[in-house]
Amino acid sequence: MKVAFTLNGAAAAWTGPPVTRLAAALRNDLGLTGTKIGCDAGDCGACTVLLDGRQVCACLVAIGQVEGRSVETVEGLAGADGTLALLQKSFLARGAAQCGICTPGMLMAAEELLRRVSRPDRRAIEDALGGVLCRCTGYTKIVDAVLSASVQMPTVTPEAGAAVGARMARVDGQAKVTGRDIFGADGIPPDALWIRVVRSPYDRSRFALGDLAPLRRRLAAVLTASDVPFNGFGIYPEIKDQPVLADGIVRYRGEAVLALVGTRAYVLAVRDDEVPIVWTAEPPVIGIDAATAADAPLVQADRPKNLLLDGGVRHGDAAAAFTGCAAVAEGVFETAFVEHAYIEPEAGWAERVGDRIEIHVTTQTPYMDRDEIANVMRLKPESVRIVPTACGGGFGGKLDLSIQPLVAIAAWLLKRPVACVYTRPESMAATTKRHPARISAKFGCDAQGKLVACDVSATFDTGAYASWGPTVANRVPVHAMGPYAVPHVQTWGEAFFTNGPPAGAFRGFGVPQAAIAHEAMMDELADKLGIDSAGLAQCLDALRPGWQRAHAEAAAFNAKGGVKRRGVGIGCMWYGIGNTSMSNPSRIRVGLSPAGTLTLYNGAVDIGQGSNTILTQIAADALGLPAAQFTLVAGDTDLTADAGKTSASRQTFVSGKAAEKAGLDLRQQILRLANAGPGAVLSLRDTRLSVRDGAEVRVLDLSTAGTLIGEGTFDPPTTPLDADGQGIPYATYAFAAQMAEVEVDTELGTVKVLRIVAAHDVGKAINPTLVEGQIEGGIAQGLGLALMEEFLPGRTENLHDYLIPTVGDVPEIECILIEDREPLGPSGAKGVGEPGLVPTAPAILGAVHHATGVRAHRVPLLPHRLRGAIVSLRGTRA
Amino acid sequence: MARPHTVLAGGTDFYPARVGRAIEEDVLDIGAIGVLRGISSVSEGWRLGATTTWSELLEADLPPLFDGLKQAAREVGGRQIQNAGTLAGNVCNASPAADGVPCLLALEAEVELASRTATRRVPLGRFITGVRRTARAPDELVVAIHIPKPGHEARSAFLKLGARRYLVISIAMVAATLEIANGRVANARIAVGACSAVAQRLPALESALAGAPLDGRLADRIDPTHLAPLTPIDDVRGSADYRADSALVLLRRLLAGFAP
Repeated sequence: MKVAFTLNGAAAAWTGPPVTRLAAALRNDLGLTGTKIGCDAGDCGACTVLLDGRQVCACLVAIGQVEGRSVETVEGLAGADGTLALLQKSFLARGAAQCGICTPGMLMAAEELLRRVSRPDRRAIEDALGGVLCRCTGYTKIVDAVLSASVQMPTVTPEAGAAVGARMARVDGQAKVTGRDIFGADGIPPDALWIRVVRSPYDRSRFALGDLAPLRRRLAAVLTASDVPFNGFGIYPEIKDQPVLADGIVRYRGEAVLALVGTRAYVLAVRDDEVPIVWTAEPPVIGIDAATAADAPLVQADRPKNLLLDGGVRHGDAAAAFTGCAAVAEGVFETAFVEHAYIEPEAGWAERVGDRIEIHVTTQTPYMDRDEIANVMRLKPESVRIVPTACGGGFGGKLDLSIQPLVAIAAWLLKRPVACVYTRPESMAATTKRHPARISAKFGCDAQGKLVACDVSATFDTGAYASWGPTVANRVPVHAMGPYAVPHVQTWGEAFFTNGPPAGAFRGFGVPQAAIAHEAMMDELADKLGIDSAGLAQCLDALRPGWQRAHAEAAAFNAKGGVKRRGVGIGCMWYGIGNTSMSNPSRIRVGLSPAGTLTLYNGAVDIGQGSNTILTQIAADALGLPAAQFTLVAGDTDLTADAGKTSASRQTFVSGKAAEKAGLDLRQQILRLANAGPGAVLSLRDTRLSVRDGAEVRVLDLSTAGTLIGEGTFDPPTTPLDADGQGIPYATYAFAAQMAEVEVDTELGTVKVLRIVAAHDVGKAINPTLVEGQIEGGIAQGLGLALMEEFLPGRTENLHDYLIPTVGDVPEIECILIEDREPLGPSGAKGVGEPGLVPTAPAILGAVHHATGVRAHRVPLLPHRLRGAIVSLRGTRA
Repeated sequence: MARPHTVLAGGTDFYPARVGRAIEEDVLDIGAIGVLRGISSVSEGWRLGATTTWSELLEADLPPLFDGLKQAAREVGGRQIQNAGTLAGNVCNASPAADGVPCLLALEAEVELASRTATRRVPLGRFITGVRRTARAPDELVVAIHIPKPGHEARSAFLKLGARRYLVISIAMVAATLEIANGRVANARIAVGACSAVAQRLPALESALAGAPLDGRLADRIDPTHLAPLTPIDDVRGSADYRADSALVLLRRLLAGFAP
């Protein structure tokens, strides 16, 4: 069928099956990849476009239905000359786009509203944006951007030396608000073959492949385990336990078994019953109790007791010290599998270039990907090139391999580009999760509330494969006592294999789970001693005035009686920046070419948190030229040096320090060439670099000076931990305290978070807008962890059964940035990526306790769980 | 119409059921059939064309009788779904958690079906026969939903409980239409959704409300036994007990909201 319609104001025509999704037609055939696909099911709103001026999900519209109608996409928002619309400028200036994957949908949803109401209020904005999910921002800056969309915001362009601390717009932001940013699924060559992965429907099963010849005749290839040169991958060099394609046994539902390779339409048309696999399902090991039972079947045959690893921290004599405590609190706390739910599913493509393989992929860790692919394919690392695309959210979930080995092996064998884009259910079933935890905590203090002893034991369900399990099990014992001086400490972490999805890295590496436990203990000790928990927690002074106000307001509200009760809670945390007692260096280069191009060669992947901008700001001030003069080369393993993973809140602190050193190095070289002193002022115009030293000005002609490269490397100083877990695990720590105010509907068990005040010690806010964005986004994820998020294999593998917060769920957030300079950090800065999330759930749960008396021992605190706890607390069914 | 086919209107249930696979079945797209769209007032009541969207309903000039259905319309998915999803699609999809169904039951809606040879009307309560099952024959289309004019001045209301603010599948929802004469409830129609395979009217509660003064004590007339038709289940969104409790709480609040 030929469909004629108006597309962004111009006549357009499309030919094909009328039942084709509009989103697919726009992206695949009309070249408009600004419309993103997050779920293909109307659950996320990333594909929101305007149809006759109304916002719709382009994934739910049959293109046959747009005949004669008007379709508008993000590409149509800016003027024909490229001038950004006010709304786009507002998004840029306010920091409303982080990773940018939801931005086109947000913009179009807001556009529908703004055409009808030029100055909408917050409620109207929330109603209009309620159908678009964002996992990065916590929505705060998005709502602010729409509120101020009618106002022309001044552009912040700091002068030389003034970039650090400036609220500069993201250096990569223009592409994000215009839909031009190229994410994993956006740059796939038209002639690429497509992979559809066949996955296990069982938690645990043996299987045998039947005759694949009929399928192979229809398709370009059907890859099995035997096509993988080295069929094991994993984060740790000595643990390569996860097969690329399962070999006769599957250990979790969603595990990859076969890769069907062919044209997209062909692989999608293969019916499940045409894939000859004979399954012999076995009783699965589900949950910690099953894994640790005396007769538990082994998940991995060579892993006795299903144990991945254990270890702890000991200091003093905790057991003896408890006997002298004035108050002791104890509790057991359980958390669930939590899904990252980035709006961009795993996506990318590979092509063989001579005897090298190049992989374009959404990732948090290009160099680890490179080395892992080399290992799997038995190639030299130099034979693998990783070109990171824009990353539509990671949060730890894109630190493990997903599509990379599949597209690489297929492209290598077939000598054609091969792409793979996970569907939403596939992304949710197959990739890593936050570790479910069971944490037994015991804390004791003296009569003044000073902590004396703690004993914390954290048991983790690490799922079918190791992934980042060791990182979690190592980090938690170090953090389990909370940000407090405790003289007698005993902590323990252990992780067990189960037939659940692999639990991996997720913002906080287990510390958010542990914080729920230690903060509940602080509240209980305070209650037992009758003292104010904010005092016990020695929280940042910044929260004190708000704490008193919030308590007074809650008391006044509750005095009115009624079924709704308000409460106030606090959560404190500390977080070690960078890897635990392991080297994690970054190398950054700054180049000045003969053409006068100033380039930041940045291997630190910006997954939305803003490292492209932060590192530019740092390097610019170190060098002494304006940030606006920098161009960026990001991520590509052929063009940038290894700046490590985007994880562990390390990029500002570690790569930032490397960027500072690189900027200083280039500056030194320039000053030497100009024979100028350290205070000289630089300015760059075309190929002329002026160096003004006092009254004297020297001009370097770059076209004759050759390429100048400044380089900086930084590896945070740590030491190994001894048998008692003592040593220097991290070079620096972030500290934070958050206060939550909630309103509980005691009849329904629902919790509305009214407000969060977040005080974070960030060392130095290199870009306050981006720092706030990290905190606000972390809070939204912490709220989800506390109240709604629980991944259940086979049951919540989509974004309508697995709930993440919408714009209407995230409260007003006040960020208080504490700038207690970290001597090692660039301009005194340290990390903030994970800390934003860690104290939120404890603060919310503390507030629920304050409001209702219910101490949550299991999260998420779903309405039916909270209602059940309220009922049993009252000892009667209301 | 002779071959097996799937009817496509707003697409909001059709496409989510087909993620990651080719669409190869025959599809009958009724989106462009003008006579199926729009709301009209007729002598015996109102005719809601099958492909009328939630947004069109919200923007229509309708009496307070429709306030509950409009409240439900605002709670269906996000704006995108409200702009595309249709009333008849919500009914035909026959989800236990269909947001429109309790209100339509409380409005005594009738479903008009047409085949090439005949048309018929079926009360909504008999049209939805089970989870994802309806009385529609393969050669029939739902062409409209009819709402009869009530005998008295009437008001309606709707409440939905979900675990987040927007884009959420209901844990429980309640809808009521009250016909009012001389400050008293002349007729009450109450329905509860997401607490049974098909949303249920509560006849015992309706009887208990008949004749009651329209005041703040309306909710006192509810007795837990009135909820006997409900058969809630445990699922990821909530437990059966919680659903039953919540339905009761929501009903009390819903009725309390009718007080002047």
